[in-house]
Amino acid sequence: MAGRLKLGGQVLALALVTGLFVLLVWKVTTQGDNAADELGSGKTPPAPHFKLDRLDQPGKVSLAAYRGKPVILNFWASWCIPCKQEAPLLESVWKRYRNQGLVVVGVDIQDVRGDARKFARKNKMSYPLAYDGPGDTVSNYGITGVPETFFVARDGKLVCDRLQAGVHLEANRDRFDACVQEVLAA
Amino acid sequence: VAALALAGPAAAACPTLADLEGKFICPTCKTTLDQSDAPAARQIKAYISRRIAACASEQQISDELVAQFGTSVLAAPPRKGFHWLAWLLPVVGLVVAAAVMAVLVWRWSRREPEPLGADSNGRGALDPELEQRLDSELARFDG
Repeated sequence: MAGRLKLGGQVLALALVTGLFVLLVWKVTTQGDNAADELGSGKTPPAPHFKLDRLDQPGKVSLAAYRGKPVILNFWASWCIPCKQEAPLLESVWKRYRNQGLVVVGVDIQDVRGDARKFARKNKMSYPLAYDGPGDTVSNYGITGVPETFFVARDGKLVCDRLQAGVHLEANRDRFDACVQEVLAA
Repeated sequence: VAALALAGPAAAACPTLADLEGKFICPTCKTTLDQSDAPAARQIKAYISRRIAACASEQQISDELVAQFGTSVLAAPPRKGFHWLAWLLPVVGLVVAAAVMAVLVWRWSRREPEPLGADSNGRGALDPELEQRLDSELARFDG
């Protein structure tokens, strides 16, 4: 009886250790699987799908709905100062190129909804805005802070670079203009 | 006086920021609001302050924050549905550990004593022939 109890305990302990090891391996192997990492390694991964509430009006914003159009995907929050500074540039690009099919989609992350709405109104952001308060898109895209901007080609794949910090900044401005042209041509 | 009498209990029921900022997590830095000065934490603190000024209850404020940020904004998991597991598993673990200890102690306390005369290696007493020889040797030594 005691022998069987001991054997049962050993089997249980072994199963527990094996389970934890499998969990560790799974975590380590899937950790780098976000869009930003793949983009950084020279690949053109598909833009992770999302379907979120619209911030500026009732309804949903689904990335899949823009398949066939070039998309500038901008992640922002109302508590982020550079987001405020880059908003006019994104608005002007949206107005300038929307007749060529370009869509700017703003995804507001980790933000108080009411504050984000005020921010959007104050900064005259007329392009589609999605609300992702819980930040579900953060890990899929590999976002490390706001603002961050991605470029989605007509076939739904991410192209060009992921631009961290405001696109209006001198360090990003040339790359942003080049990426806009690249995504329009892709 | 009547207004004060009515307002008294209501004001007493309003939570304070100090009551609440340890109960919610800053979504960007993953610490409680009282330990964070990140812009996102400052924004949520301001939101809570506004709701406190409107005398919203702790439950209302909590529900509103969960509706916006999800359950990950809570420092402790809610006591409902799947989240009960987080509360119950430690208790179950303690109960199981106590039960295992009780069984082991009970078994050890019921272990039969080793036979008298056995030495530390578990060997039995001397056989009679050897004992008789030992007695005679001792008698000869004494004599």
